[in-house]
Amino acid sequence: MTPLVDVKHLVKEYPGRGNWFRKSAPVRAVDDISFSIAPGETFGLVGESGCGKTTTGRCLLRLIEPTSGEIRVKDMDVRALSAAALRRARRHFQIVFQDPYSSLNPRMRVGDIVEEPLIIHRLGSREERRVRVRELFELVGLDSAATAKYPHEFSGGQRQRIGLARALALEPSLVVADEPVSALDVSVQAQVVNLLLDLQKRLGLTYLFIAHDLRLVRQICDRVAVMYRGRLVELAPAERVFAAPAHPYTAALLSAIPKLQPGQKLERIPFDGDRFQALPLREVEPGHWAAVT
Amino acid sequence: MFPLPRGREGAAVDDVSFDVGRGETLGLVGESGSGKSVTALSIIRLVLPPGRITRGRIELDGRNLLDLDEAAMRHVRGRRIGFIFQEPMVALDPVYTIGYQIAETLAVHDLARGDAAKKRAVELLAAVRIPDPARRAGEYPHQLSGGLRQRAMIALALSAEPALVIADEPTTALDVTVQAEILDLLREMRRVFNLSLLLITHDLGVIAEMADRVAVMYCGRIVEQAPVAGLFASPSHPYTRGLLASIPGGAPGERLLAIPGTVPGLGNLSPGCAFAPRCPNRFEPCDIVPPGVTAIGPDHTLRCYLYGPATDQTDGSREATDRRSLGGAGQVRGQAASHDTAVREPT
Repeated sequence: MTPLVDVKHLVKEYPGRGNWFRKSAPVRAVDDISFSIAPGETFGLVGESGCGKTTTGRCLLRLIEPTSGEIRVKDMDVRALSAAALRRARRHFQIVFQDPYSSLNPRMRVGDIVEEPLIIHRLGSREERRVRVRELFELVGLDSAATAKYPHEFSGGQRQRIGLARALALEPSLVVADEPVSALDVSVQAQVVNLLLDLQKRLGLTYLFIAHDLRLVRQICDRVAVMYRGRLVELAPAERVFAAPAHPYTAALLSAIPKLQPGQKLERIPFDGDRFQALPLREVEPGHWAAVT
Repeated sequence: MFPLPRGREGAAVDDVSFDVGRGETLGLVGESGSGKSVTALSIIRLVLPPGRITRGRIELDGRNLLDLDEAAMRHVRGRRIGFIFQEPMVALDPVYTIGYQIAETLAVHDLARGDAAKKRAVELLAAVRIPDPARRAGEYPHQLSGGLRQRAMIALALSAEPALVIADEPTTALDVTVQAEILDLLREMRRVFNLSLLLITHDLGVIAEMADRVAVMYCGRIVEQAPVAGLFASPSHPYTRGLLASIPGGAPGERLLAIPGTVPGLGNLSPGCAFAPRCPNRFEPCDIVPPGVTAIGPDHTLRCYLYGPATDQTDGSREATDRRSLGGAGQVRGQAASHDTAVREPT
């Protein structure tokens, strides 16, 4: 099957911390990353803060301009698109942000927030858009009578549903979900995750799911890529990453997750960052890639 | 208690009783708005006006902290009770070096001054495994990474060798590998200093790794309290069960078990059990009067009508069993009412 998303040798550099007199080498936030996502797949991108996972997600949508590399989404060469073409193409790929508080305009009614993408893309008449907004509210499990309220009148979980309704307004094929539940309480997290799973089934969505919660990633992702210092160190079906991590960093990361059985002996696997080498991915078993010698 | 619109008042912490024995770790779990942080602030009497503690007792080594004047209370804070906050960048003073802040604490509590205080500050930074402690003592909080900053705050909290340390979400802002290091450090410090620890967190994994006993809070009340092994093996309150079930860990592709609804705001709590509107086991009595405390096993208490009508309105049932394990020290018993700052449902 042709992949929906195909990323090759993606690089994003930021200027280094030099000063006015002296330039220093640029910092590679994303360092030569390649992966592809099949239609309908949930692809997890995990790693700790600063590893480049959010930058990767945003480069994919060109919310951040990549430095080099190739990005194809739905047979479009995303990096070659003109500004106008990019805006049109964004119908097909949308993003859900982590923070449900800062990602919604506090001065807009939530109905208008969800309707805005339809207006920008000139879809439907006024009346058709109203109907569509009510449908979207129902789709994400919100009361369609609540469209006249403001974001502050909703809880975190409900706001995340509003963000999702807005992202789905244009019927995208790809949704980049950047830590969509990590700001929510555990019991509410589960509700939003279930909604994401239901919507995927109903609408055939493809997710790039960026997260640091490894337990969650294991349960909902088909394949997982682990990032460390801008590099992909491992890429495999979710269950293989957890059952047989091939890269020492992955093993260390997994061993650091607190176990839910009290009294269980802790076996932490240390990882020495100073000895990290940037190696290319190698297939260690069918479909399981790791940056090891 | 905290004021609400239209002259009403709401209890963010309502009839909460627990104790922490010497060398023991009590985990206080709850979601945002459950009242766990207000409980912690109440213990050191730092609930800010207009919030106030309306009744109850907070005993440290048999002395009621609510009877102390402000000067005596200042001696308790830091010296007898140390505090570790979630955000070290906010809790540490950005304009003083790490070493200075520790030395100042030692001086305030008359433990060491001048060069002796400086030397002790470096020793403490070494104790919390900060590499090159003499150099780091001269650095400002912003020069340290998140993990090192949290280590510095632990050194600061431990500097006056308090009997009790209250750690409010000490690892929530950290990456999972750094969290593991900090939890290991806390465990080591607990052993070295024979600390009593009140560990506040929303993360049940952290509780499972660290706590001896657990108290689960919901809407200002402790709904279940039990030894950690018992709580994870047989969670009994419907809320505890829901909380444990909603942690991902099932088979790939499987739906998570969610608790429906959201945590109600302080102003619109149900007159009965606060969890009743979300509870799968709700029946008639739940909506009328909040359930009292029932004991269902050794050291295992909860507030739920499923376990019989409770007659007792306080958590007193633990008292008899606990006194013997206290060793006469490090005991905190609280009962308080005040407020919280979490974002709420529309009222």
